[in-house]
Amino acid sequence: MTIYIKRDNLREYEIPLENPTLLQALKYIKSELDRTLSYNSSCGSSVCGSCAVRVDSKERLACAHRLVGGEVIEPLRNTKVIRDLVVDSHYPLSFNQKVQTWLIPQSDKIELTQESEAATKLQSNCILCMACFSACPVYEVNHNFIAPFTFTRALRYLKDARCKDEIPILSLLQTDGIYECTLCGECSAACPQDISSKDDVVALRNLSAMSGFVDPNFLSSFGGGLEF
Amino acid sequence: MQNSKIIIVGAGGAGLVAAIKAKELGASVTVLCKQRPTNSQTCMAQGGINAAINSADSVELHIQDTLKSALGKADSKMVELMCRAAPEAIEWLDKIGVPFSRDSSNTIAQRMLGGASAARACYAQDYTGLKILHTLYDQCLRVGVEFVCEQMLIDLIVEDGICRGVVTLDIRTSSLQQFHSNATILATGGYCGLYGEYSTNASNTTGDGIAVALRSGAMSDGLEFVQFHPTALKNSSVLISESARGEGGYLLDSNMKRFTDELDARDKVARAIYDKMIDGEDVYLDITHLGEDFIDKHLPQERKLSKLYENIDPVDKPMPIRPVAHYSMGGIQCDNQTQTAITALFVAGECANHKVHGANRLGGNSLLELVVFATIAAENALKAPISQITSDIDLTNNKEFIDSLFNENATINFYHERRLLNSTMYSHVGIKRSKTKLTEALKIVEQMSQRVEQMGVLDTNKTYNTELVEFLEFLNSLYLSRQIIQAALKRESSCGAHYME
Ligand SMILES: Cc1cc2nc3c(=O)[nH]c(=O)nc-3n(C[C@H](O)[C@H](O)[C@H](O)COP(=O)(O)OP(=O)(O)OC[C@H]3O[C@@H](n4cnc5c(N)ncnc54)[C@H](O)[C@@H]3O)c2cc1C
Ligand code: SF4
Ligand code: SF4
Repeated sequence: MTIYIKRDNLREYEIPLENPTLLQALKYIKSELDRTLSYNSSCGSSVCGSCAVRVDSKERLACAHRLVGGEVIEPLRNTKVIRDLVVDSHYPLSFNQKVQTWLIPQSDKIELTQESEAATKLQSNCILCMACFSACPVYEVNHNFIAPFTFTRALRYLKDARCKDEIPILSLLQTDGIYECTLCGECSAACPQDISSKDDVVALRNLSAMSGFVDPNFLSSFGGGLEF
Repeated sequence: MQNSKIIIVGAGGAGLVAAIKAKELGASVTVLCKQRPTNSQTCMAQGGINAAINSADSVELHIQDTLKSALGKADSKMVELMCRAAPEAIEWLDKIGVPFSRDSSNTIAQRMLGGASAARACYAQDYTGLKILHTLYDQCLRVGVEFVCEQMLIDLIVEDGICRGVVTLDIRTSSLQQFHSNATILATGGYCGLYGEYSTNASNTTGDGIAVALRSGAMSDGLEFVQFHPTALKNSSVLISESARGEGGYLLDSNMKRFTDELDARDKVARAIYDKMIDGEDVYLDITHLGEDFIDKHLPQERKLSKLYENIDPVDKPMPIRPVAHYSMGGIQCDNQTQTAITALFVAGECANHKVHGANRLGGNSLLELVVFATIAAENALKAPISQITSDIDLTNNKEFIDSLFNENATINFYHERRLLNSTMYSHVGIKRSKTKLTEALKIVEQMSQRVEQMGVLDTNKTYNTELVEFLEFLNSLYLSRQIIQAALKRESSCGAHYME
């Protein structure tokens, strides 16, 4: 089969393997056809998050995608391409730091309940592959927009019974965050772990409203100045 | 007084635990790693992490089980230390946010793994390693650990037997960097990746840190003890966790008959399967009788992996499996304070031999080991009375070495040699060994080493040159393979995972 890889230009590679995963094909190219191809991979079993790329404009883990032939492979979008299929991860990952997506350990023991464990189960399956980040259309207009996976991570900790104060994380989500999201769902479609950052944004908006934060769009729809 | 500067190489569970602990004790901490922290192999652990924390279990039983499995090759004091520290380790992980699965009374749920006399493995659904690793990473960001990613350790700075920092290859630019420290902790993981496609490990788990440390004067310990996991998917070597058997899965031969105690020690189960394979039979892991609901609740990842990588839905059909290299019991030799033969160089996690697994590791004990010993490593690194060097050291030798790897006239494809190394290690230094096989393997490896001059990196581009990285990993694998074979040759009688015919 033939596949095409977007490098400095679009290159064509002939892969004599039967029903390979994209990662197998990349390894074949590297060892047999072209040593200059750069890509990342590690665990080969869908859990380390290092091999996400775009296949025919859709984000996929190379190790988990079976090729049929004719596909165009590209690096992830919205961040700098370092070389071939390798992109910069520093910038996307910086959003976790910005939103402080972590638990503040408490000295008194708080039990995680079975219910709370179940509530954060999906969000804590995130492998930080950045597929959602690549799929999100907001970066075309706003580079400061918080990464979709950061929303998911924020929700993971906010819904955890051991989180004592939700305000710090919530307040960091108010600008360039939950209200700038268009709820287009591209991130959910891209996620190999079936996480929906879009749904998480909706949940975060609800949590924000319950904690007294005000949706700026709601304000402006009243023509800005609100007087009661 | 200036903060103690600690360099940690490796950002798996061990590296990140050490980083948090050292930072909390007041050190300034920099973590270096080959990729990004969350790419580390620790994310692959599914089964669980051991601690005696329920009424049917006790620390004494945990110690006994671990020692029994280690077959006299562990240090009972270290085992005792680890097992006693286990409940506290779980409590700490729980406190920082690891979402351990709960039972209906909201206490941490535990599952049975092989060789354990009680349900002892705490788990986070079947993503235990992933959730531990990511939680640790988030905590590192909280406490302000500095990460410098895409740095490959290639050398230690050792002066008069004292480690004063490390030399890395900056993968983004192929240039050399040096990092000075008061103390250094290696947490670079194991070496089972050198079995290539005959391994459950990440492809870049090539024992780099061990190779670098040994070349710099550290000692190895127990390298011949390589654990083969009984149940990897036959075609992809993707691991099906022991929890599949712990939850009631069967091993079946070609006649669909059970042939061994599924929860026996790993080495025994692996050999039982291997014998069947040598007889030309296929071996299967069958969980069909557990039912779809149970599988989706307790073993969802196993189902996903089998469907994806073997094209078999284990709800309907048994999964074809084979035993492959999984865990390095051996590693860098260290004392009970994790200090190596090089002053101010400490080790933690799978790259070290903390003398707790001996000849056969119990499932769930390695995640435990890394929490316990990374903590000890951090505490000791802070006590290291070593001052930092003030000026950069001359890296000419390292630079010449890297330059020498570029060889546009290479006539031998090292990727092909790597495959030969992988298969030789599996067939000759594998589940069943013999003096003849080991001697033959040594010869193959030595001949390969002589061919290295004809191999090399063809790609001259200095930006993110992954061929250079893979060639360095191959050289580390080759170096370590020889060490493993030599260690295996020295141990003439069978012991646990080291089985001599
Ligand atoms: C599939 C699988 C399932 C497992 N399941 C379990 C389980 O259920 N329970 C259990 O207890 N154990 C399990 N284990 C074993 C356990 O996961 C490992 O022993 C443990 O995670 C090792 O952690 P570590 O921090 O020592 O190393 P790793 O997680 O391997 O991390 C190594 C780090 O070192 C870095 N590194 C390596 N070389 C270099 C270099 N040259 N320069 C710079 N950085 C470098 C890497 O980038 C990485 O960050 C499993 C292992 C596998 C493979
Ligand atoms: S739903 Fe929101 S976060 Fe997700 S891709 Fe669309 S705009 Fe981005
Ligand atoms: S939310 Fe999904 S797509 Fe986004 S980083 Fe996490 S696993 Fe990847």
